[in-house]
Amino acid sequence: MKLMWFHLMPYTRLPDDFRQRHNSVWVDIDRSLFDPTFAHRLYNEFMDELEYAGAAGFDAVCVNEHHANGYGLMPSPNLIASALARRTSDTVICVLGNSLALYNPPTRVAEEMAMIDCISGGRLIAGFPVGTPMDTCYAYGQNPSTLRARYLEAHDLIVEAWTRPEIFAFNGRYNQLRYVNIWPHPLQKPHPPIWIPGGGSVETWQWCAAMDYVYCYLSYFGYQAGRETMMGFWREMERLGKDRNPYRAGFLQFVGVAESREEAMRLYKEPAEYFYGRCLHVDSRYVNPPGYNSEATQRARVTSQVALASQRAQTFGGGATWEEILAKGFVIIGSPDEVAAQLKQVATDLNVGHLMLLLQFGNMSRDLAGYNTRIFAERVLPQLRGLFDDRWEDRWWPTPLPKAARVAPQPSFDREAAE
Amino acid sequence: MSGPAERTVLVNGERCRVWEKGSGAPIFYLAGFGGLPRWTPFLDRLAERHRVVAPSLPGFPGATGHDRLDSLIDWVVAALDLLEAAGLEVGDLIGASVGGTLAAEVAVMARRLVRRLVLVAPFGLYDKGSPPLDLWGQKPGALPGMISAKPEAFAAFTAPPEGIAPAEWSIQMNRANEAAARLLWPLSDTRLERRLHRIRCATLVVWGAADRVLSPSYAERFAARITGKTRTTIIPGAGHLADFDAPEAVAEAVLSALAPGEC
Repeated sequence: MKLMWFHLMPYTRLPDDFRQRHNSVWVDIDRSLFDPTFAHRLYNEFMDELEYAGAAGFDAVCVNEHHANGYGLMPSPNLIASALARRTSDTVICVLGNSLALYNPPTRVAEEMAMIDCISGGRLIAGFPVGTPMDTCYAYGQNPSTLRARYLEAHDLIVEAWTRPEIFAFNGRYNQLRYVNIWPHPLQKPHPPIWIPGGGSVETWQWCAAMDYVYCYLSYFGYQAGRETMMGFWREMERLGKDRNPYRAGFLQFVGVAESREEAMRLYKEPAEYFYGRCLHVDSRYVNPPGYNSEATQRARVTSQVALASQRAQTFGGGATWEEILAKGFVIIGSPDEVAAQLKQVATDLNVGHLMLLLQFGNMSRDLAGYNTRIFAERVLPQLRGLFDDRWEDRWWPTPLPKAARVAPQPSFDREAAE
Repeated sequence: MSGPAERTVLVNGERCRVWEKGSGAPIFYLAGFGGLPRWTPFLDRLAERHRVVAPSLPGFPGATGHDRLDSLIDWVVAALDLLEAAGLEVGDLIGASVGGTLAAEVAVMARRLVRRLVLVAPFGLYDKGSPPLDLWGQKPGALPGMISAKPEAFAAFTAPPEGIAPAEWSIQMNRANEAAARLLWPLSDTRLERRLHRIRCATLVVWGAADRVLSPSYAERFAARITGKTRTTIIPGAGHLADFDAPEAVAEAVLSALAPGEC
């Protein structure tokens, strides 16, 4: 079992009346709400939290990419990941990931991820999402009708750039390069593990199976809502003759843990309501551009979780209530033993070996995020570690250099040695 | 009104429907946003005096293959292939909305093919003082009211025809929407402005006065740049799909512009 600490980096000062006064947290979020001086503090606190999680014993720290988004302040997760590569020593760095069609040429992703892999000594997981409609089609102006084909071509180009021994020309449908020759190369061979965060489309599952990639379902709506998707994934794996190795899958879960359930209820109510109320306030205009979902997916009637949230908001006129957040398991709340028992059940039930935990969410302060992280690391994590490992091997985990071969940051110099 | 005759032609190996009705001098018609889910009163009116030929562009109702087209040149060549396969040798061409963009490009690229041209609220130019509406950034259900001044009639026009499951029909309508996006995303600026001077044939520019997608001020931008003899007609009360909203008035303007001897 791998326990991974995931940061979305939400802006924590969206006003109380954000839902009433503002159109959307994404794409056309009000520019005047952003205070760069406050962001200076926020970024540094968030990076403290990630570094602390890495040191506290989490198997990985995770970052991701969003654009023009009030709950995701990482247009470039690679910037944060490169800082983490220096400031952490053993934890895996999971970039989940880069929206491949947004990089021109996509060899930029191959280069930056190779840099992070080299700096970190081979600790990188390379996540390749298509990206949401809000990020890709509206904030970045990509054509929804060509987005997926561009994504798949970019993937091919990046993997070839990482693995082919010779300099080559790439004559793709959307990318033409005379000289593909990235420097540096990734440290991990043949390349860092590739993970695919996706919605619930059968085509993505089939592709992950064919390529032997990890499929990640990053649900904001907890294990109950995610259950159907993960069951569908495993049914498809079985149909394709793949084993039930839980490390084929990743799943995201919000967690708030404290000494007692009562204390947890008191501490995490506000940040949870902030996230489900303000952060998921997305205008329905931006969730479903034509062509973003394939016709096969439309036929399967898969609706993305953001579209669901947006439709839901239109229907109910507000975010989820605290009662609903608890009852539907959007956030797992409780004492260390209660949380451990629930997460064990989630992991077993969904058959997920990579559990990504959102222990900072909404407007949670640095201190509260630190508390949630510490108590989880000390009293929940030991109860979960080892799950699945008697039967299954994680073939999709980074293989860093041996610790003795890795270089630690050392920003001081020995004059005598130089002379 | 009786329906058109239907046949199929191939463009890039993909099937494209061609509807045809009436007799007389031929008029070719490229439909606008959403394509032709049904035959229209406007086309019926033209068919009283002409042989009206309406081929479906790739991705629009009755035709597939939009996903093979990556660039503007791919689209223009597909439109040329389609029109020629549908029987255009030298003739009169009408294009509305999305179809108007490609009709203009055809007149730019294949001057000798188009004798007279009618453009009904075509896309392709960009006025930053009055940018085109973001067709793909509207609330669910808001689009009919944006593109037609008769949203209820338009909803009936685009409702599932008999014999097609509503879910499958909605995929086809979404495909037409995607095809338009594929050509025009994100700003509907195809840089047509740089090429309009090559249109030397007689041209009628028609615009709905109540067009909420492209302001009627675009009519003058087109007229000023086309070098052929150009007339402009603004149709009161009509929205973006002016020939749908005001079939009689638009047909009258078109029939008069395409009358024998007019050039």
